Amino acid sequence: MTAQQDWDRQAVQKVIEHHQHTPGGLLPVLHGIQDILGYVPDEAVEAIADGLNLSRAEVHGVISFYHYFRTSPPAKHTVHVCRAEACQSMKANDLVVHIKNRLGLDFHEVSESGMFGLEPIYCLGNCSCAPAIMIDRDEIHGRMTEDKFDSLVARLQGEGK
Amino acid sequence: MTIKIYVPQDSASLSVGANEVAVEIEQEAHRRNEKITIVRNGSRGLLWLEPLVEVETPDGRVAYGPVEPSDVAGLFDAGFVSGGKHVLGHGLTENIPFLAKQERLTFARVGITSPLSIEDYIDHEGYRGLERAISLGSEGIVAEIGASGLRGRGGAAGRTGKKWQEVRASVSDVKYVVCNADEGDSGTYSDRMIMEGDPFVLIEGMTIAGIGVGAAQGYIYLRSEYPHAFDVLNAAIKIAYEKGYLGNNIRGSGFSFDLEVRRAAGAYICGEQTSLLESLEGKRGLVRYRPPQPAVSGFMGKPTLVNNVISLATVPIILDKGSAYYKDYGMGRSRGTLPIQLTGNVKQGGLIERAFGVTLREIIFEYGLGTKSGRSVRAVQVGGPLGAYIPESQFDVPLDYEKFSDISAVLGHGGIVVFDDTVDMAQQARYAMEFCAIESCGKCTPCRIGSQRGVEVIDKIIANNSRPRQIHLLRDLCTTMIDGSLCAMGGMTPFPVLSALNHFPEDFGAAAGDAKVANL
Repeated sequence: MTAQQDWDRQAVQKVIEHHQHTPGGLLPVLHGIQDILGYVPDEAVEAIADGLNLSRAEVHGVISFYHYFRTSPPAKHTVHVCRAEACQSMKANDLVVHIKNRLGLDFHEVSESGMFGLEPIYCLGNCSCAPAIMIDRDEIHGRMTEDKFDSLVARLQGEGK
Repeated sequence: MTIKIYVPQDSASLSVGANEVAVEIEQEAHRRNEKITIVRNGSRGLLWLEPLVEVETPDGRVAYGPVEPSDVAGLFDAGFVSGGKHVLGHGLTENIPFLAKQERLTFARVGITSPLSIEDYIDHEGYRGLERAISLGSEGIVAEIGASGLRGRGGAAGRTGKKWQEVRASVSDVKYVVCNADEGDSGTYSDRMIMEGDPFVLIEGMTIAGIGVGAAQGYIYLRSEYPHAFDVLNAAIKIAYEKGYLGNNIRGSGFSFDLEVRRAAGAYICGEQTSLLESLEGKRGLVRYRPPQPAVSGFMGKPTLVNNVISLATVPIILDKGSAYYKDYGMGRSRGTLPIQLTGNVKQGGLIERAFGVTLREIIFEYGLGTKSGRSVRAVQVGGPLGAYIPESQFDVPLDYEKFSDISAVLGHGGIVVFDDTVDMAQQARYAMEFCAIESCGKCTPCRIGSQRGVEVIDKIIANNSRPRQIHLLRDLCTTMIDGSLCAMGGMTPFPVLSALNHFPEDFGAAAGDAKVANL
């Protein structure tokens, strides 16, 4: 079995109980858990399945279907870069190359220090201020340039100290 | 007296520093002992000018933008609190040509009011549609929507009134109204602007829909990429409950309607209405076979009305001003207005609400003033990642569902992405297939496997690996996807691919003659 679980089982259980009678409650449960922990641990699947009267396969199937849910802890800061057409028209592909080099990461990777993660995203609805990126869950930046990205990284690294 | 200064809180404005500008204005006013109130409004939709700061003057609101925090002291020096001249000044907002030439019906309040002030909403003609709806009753409401000619603004453009009538006619003790707010198309954000800038109009529209079709529960299925819209909607719903506009016996009418926001989880396919319903039920977002239509068996097997944000947000004005008023706008079978989103490589990008019938050329060159890069426009993609790439020779086609269909293109959700002459159309075609491969729900083979093979075939075309045969194969594959896919994901991915190949064969290393086909 798994080693020491460093996530809050009680908090997870509370989320499950809260949505036990919510129609179609699985997505709200997964969101609730990811809101608290930053990811949905594999070890939580059994408790979710029990709580919502689903099979573990059903729960796993849903987690793996949606790009948003992750099963490993996120970096301290996740950079989401928009890859969609409107951003492409403003040279987002070049920006992606720069960001990968700057962070030393490919998509879906987390840096060894745990400081940065990199994820593609398909449209932030900021298409008239392209190219766009989002830091973590709600910090959207438009008209992004290589220089602006570098200062953003410097700022985030500074905050970490 | 206190001067009102507007600094938008729309995501697009925030993304270019609106919060920092608001803080700087507050502090600078304090330093100078100027009495001001900052209102955080929605965006006026002049997105190239964001952050757009407006000052209320006796003549109207005066616009300044794009404002950076470092510009703020200079603005005060120039007397912008009384509308003084400044290099960033644009005069009265209403007179800026981009805005002055619009017909804002659905977006009448966006950017003007304070999004979470229900008093402001009511002062600006809010909840008049609901009042009339209550007096008309269920049958009258559905008749009014039918007579308006409104068609689904999500992209499929089905007749909204027909959908409402089907749900109304379905016999069931429980029915649902579901708002599709999974606005995943690149080049679109009109749903987001409504939800962040005028959330009560969506709540009112859904309430009217509930009364019309006989549903007492509504859900807004909102994409996870819109965190700000999530917060605004939840705050607005809370206020609507407190003021008796949601819940039991709404404003003493005898009708009840409950509303909840549900977060999606980053799957493009969930914008397809049956996939959305699966997701709402807590399952993988696999597309359902139809029939039965959601109007008969939708959420939890009950009759369900699924409508896009813009469709529902247009309901209040139709009920308030009457179907004839709305239908008077537009052309042919495309009635009313379309909130167009002009995006990508364009000098003046933003939200343009116009009656159907305006041409692409007018939108791109008169509103947009051409590309931001200053190079020539080579192509525009209209209608999101499943929409065709359109060359300049077709820019005079009016925005109208049928006219677009005639050129094998779609209007979709009204997004226009502009590309300059550096674009490689073979790469864009490849991306369309790649996107389909990433986002396919996997249920049907033409979409799941076809998109993978599509990427491979286009790679061979680009590498000049038996190119004529591969082009033939690509067309064959596209036909299979169009004819054999379960939904628009696989069925329309060939639109951008074939339009790129047909209009820009040189980018695929093919002569124009190779590419000629009679029908897409």
